[in-house]
Amino acid sequence: MQVTIWGCRGSLATPGRDTVRYGGNTSCLEVELANGSVFVLDAGTGIRELGVKLERRNVRRIQLLLTHLHLDHVEGLRFFGPLWDEQVEIDIWGPPSPVVSLRDRIARAFSPPLFPIEIADVPARLNFNDVPREQWILDGATLRAETIVHPGPTVGYRIESGDRTLAYLPDHEPALTGTIGERSLDWISGASLAARADLLVHDAQFSEEEYSHRVGWGHSSSADAIAYSKAVGADRIVLFHHDPNHDDVWLDESEQLAQLLAGSNGVVPTLAREGMVLAP
Amino acid sequence: MAEQKHLVLILAREFASNLATPMGITDEQGRLVYFNEAAESIIGTTFAEAGEMPFAEWSAKAAPRTREGELLPPERRPAAIALNERRAAHERLKVTGLDGVEREIAVTAFPLFAHADEFVGMVAIFWGS
Repeated sequence: MQVTIWGCRGSLATPGRDTVRYGGNTSCLEVELANGSVFVLDAGTGIRELGVKLERRNVRRIQLLLTHLHLDHVEGLRFFGPLWDEQVEIDIWGPPSPVVSLRDRIARAFSPPLFPIEIADVPARLNFNDVPREQWILDGATLRAETIVHPGPTVGYRIESGDRTLAYLPDHEPALTGTIGERSLDWISGASLAARADLLVHDAQFSEEEYSHRVGWGHSSSADAIAYSKAVGADRIVLFHHDPNHDDVWLDESEQLAQLLAGSNGVVPTLAREGMVLAP
Repeated sequence: MAEQKHLVLILAREFASNLATPMGITDEQGRLVYFNEAAESIIGTTFAEAGEMPFAEWSAKAAPRTREGELLPPERRPAAIALNERRAAHERLKVTGLDGVEREIAVTAFPLFAHADEFVGMVAIFWGS
């Protein structure tokens, strides 16, 4: 399994000279399995450049796993090249809503005045699927999705292939339901997804001080993300969903602080960077 | 790890833990998975001491009965109605706490659905007399 980060910015794309090292594109990961299967996690603005790569490789079948439909996780979809190729088939997976189907929710972004082309006119074959409640097998991987703490229907994903496991919880505020270190695992949001993962990609949008003013916004502090990774026993954590107000210098300092917080006998946290390639 | 609690139960627990209203939560099997501090005076112990409990066990211990002392059949017990019939119910009744003390309370119970076809548990509110 190889994981490539195409976008790790949260909330809003943030291009500019102050964000070149960590990147300004919003959430998008590519997961490539040894058998060549391609999974795309979220469709933030990072997915546009990934689409260029997939078109060059002539990839015809893509699994797109959406954690939720907040704009920063779907805004790149309309500019995902394979969408405009009639030879491509894309399975789109996302959280079920009690009210509106996944297709209809995504279709809102493909309608005037937001966009000139209706989703029915997209050339690629699109299959919309609510994530199952049980784990399922897809193109050589075992997947599981569960709802997690974030405003609106939101899931995290666990992807297992061979003996490697990736857990992806990019927008997540587990501390909203109690101090992480004081709870048993079964009462911690998403813990079964992240338990003993080889690689955990987790929300760490805020500093501790920022988080104290933004409780309930659906995101974590770096300290809570690290506490979470320790609680679930992840081998490695990559801190994700950087705040648009955090430039490269701020993020450098944040990474150093996170490593201090993690201590010497735990996992060493790393901040996600656009272009980063990870082998769980 | 123990089986992951559904997010709705995790959120319900956090909600209950911040309320002064006595409240208990079960999972979809009826297993009592949490009651808050306010409910301790009615249940007669702390959740830390009691721990999780199957429905049959806590129902038998509470022995809900009418104000006249007759055992309430399941179809009149709010918690059983919420679990079995998956609808809200309210009843005034007498129960015996885990401390052995009899108390007269009212119980309002309602089912928790994550989706229309996904029943995940039940909340019971205990109103003191």
